[in-house]
Amino acid sequence: MQRDGHSAARVRTIPLIAPSVGALLVWMIVPLAMTLWFSFRRYNLLNPMLTGFAGINNYRFLLRDPALPSILVITVVLVLAVMVLTISLGVVLAAIFNTGFPGQGIARVLMISPFFVMPTVSALIWKNLLMHPVNGLFAGVLRSLGFPVIDWFSSFPLISIIIIVTWEWLPFAFLILLTALQSLDEEQLEAARLDGAGTIAVFFFIQVPHMARAISVLVMMETIFLLSIFAEIYVTTAGGPGIATTNLPFLIYQRALLAFNIGGASAAGVIAIILANVLAALLIRTVARRLDV
Amino acid sequence: MSGVKTWLAGGVAWLIAIVNFFPIFWMLLASLKTEVEAVQTPPLFIFHPTLANYRDIFALQGYAGYAFNSIAISVLATLLMLLVAVPAAFAMAFYPGRYTRDILLWMLSTKMLPAVGVLVPIYLLSRDLGLLDTRTALVIIDFLSNLPIGVWMLFTFFRETPKDIIEASRIDGANVGQTILYVLLPLVAPGIASTALLSVILCWNEAFWSLNLTAHNAAPLTAFIASFSAPQGLFWARLSAASVLAIAPILAFGWISQRQLVRGLTFGAVK
Repeated sequence: MQRDGHSAARVRTIPLIAPSVGALLVWMIVPLAMTLWFSFRRYNLLNPMLTGFAGINNYRFLLRDPALPSILVITVVLVLAVMVLTISLGVVLAAIFNTGFPGQGIARVLMISPFFVMPTVSALIWKNLLMHPVNGLFAGVLRSLGFPVIDWFSSFPLISIIIIVTWEWLPFAFLILLTALQSLDEEQLEAARLDGAGTIAVFFFIQVPHMARAISVLVMMETIFLLSIFAEIYVTTAGGPGIATTNLPFLIYQRALLAFNIGGASAAGVIAIILANVLAALLIRTVARRLDV
Repeated sequence: MSGVKTWLAGGVAWLIAIVNFFPIFWMLLASLKTEVEAVQTPPLFIFHPTLANYRDIFALQGYAGYAFNSIAISVLATLLMLLVAVPAAFAMAFYPGRYTRDILLWMLSTKMLPAVGVLVPIYLLSRDLGLLDTRTALVIIDFLSNLPIGVWMLFTFFRETPKDIIEASRIDGANVGQTILYVLLPLVAPGIASTALLSVILCWNEAFWSLNLTAHNAAPLTAFIASFSAPQGLFWARLSAASVLAIAPILAFGWISQRQLVRGLTFGAVK
């Protein structure tokens, strides 16, 4: 204890830490303050005459937009659906992969690969090569089996996006859960088996609780990343048909960079930030209560 | 686990792994087809492979320029991140103070700000500073968005290094600089390398800012690939070739660094 205090006194750590803290402070506070400020301003890039304080008009306009409720629902559904799918599939897959079968290493590499594919490439593989209603692989397979062809992005736009994003994020959940599972004490498993626990009992009462910490980390990370899903929508459906796949990021992009309505886009940005934090707080609390035994 | 169960689990796992990897494999096949074969119905599994698409994307599409942007942005953002994160992680791991924990948690909390929430100000700042469609803008943004992950990951690596070794070298008369250079660095080099690798992967695949802040000059591969989405059904084979080249190096990096990646992406909570 004394030795630590001695070292700390001899080495001044503030100059080492300050650049990181400073950079992150600026990175967090300046844009956040600007978003807040613009959200109360009248500001449109196409109309320089339009200036001044807007009060809560940007928010009022946004909240009265008949499309907003469905956009919020789409945003949350996208996050939750992908999260539930990736984590539940990931838990099961991690348990299967933990058995140490022949060729486990290679199978695992195949399993995690989609995570390293850049989002625009993933989206285009699915859009063109797989889900295309005329030339896609799925259409070809369905046709040769005599089934009607599905036009994925017009018939099931949101489901299609969910499939693509799940494919991208399942490896992430899988890899983290598998790593967590591999740290499970072998003796504990052995003891449970000696007490007569079968594979299913071991899975539910030992393996799943052991993954609790990893699951809550996943919930937090996925909330943040999935709330910003943009490239997949940009490349495949451009938010359509209608607003069927418009989530908050896409709405903000449309308002800000296509309609140049800075005030309105900023108000939507503030809502996205609030949503991210509320959702993450709620989800993490739920997960923590359920799983941290 | 009994033999039958292991084989059964193995069979299921292999099946899922193959299905899961199939889209990437299918793209690889498409990149070796002619444009006509790529859109052929029913889908073609057996064909005479050609490398023409790979030649074409360099000759016709200016692939090299976009690849250069991706490399430059990823490498510079990563170096910048390490330059700032290594000292901070070092200080917090070896000389923890009363506020170390708070600082680390606060850094983590900066990731709670979704990118889209600050799109407007970042876009306007870039425009006003003349940084729209420049590599500089993306380097700065990638550096800052990976900084918390970098500090955390390095911190967890540094914390595992025995502290006594520093005391010992100090007693032997080495100063702080010598201690870091000759004693500490060789020990923590693998941790720094994995952190760098993770940062490169994240920068390389970053799409949100690339799509919104670049046009032609600074567009990295993520944005270049997106430009293929416009003409419906055209150039699938060429697109696939461009995509295969764009993801190949990162796939390899990812395979190498699976384990360290988990540590970085979970802020040290899972390792």
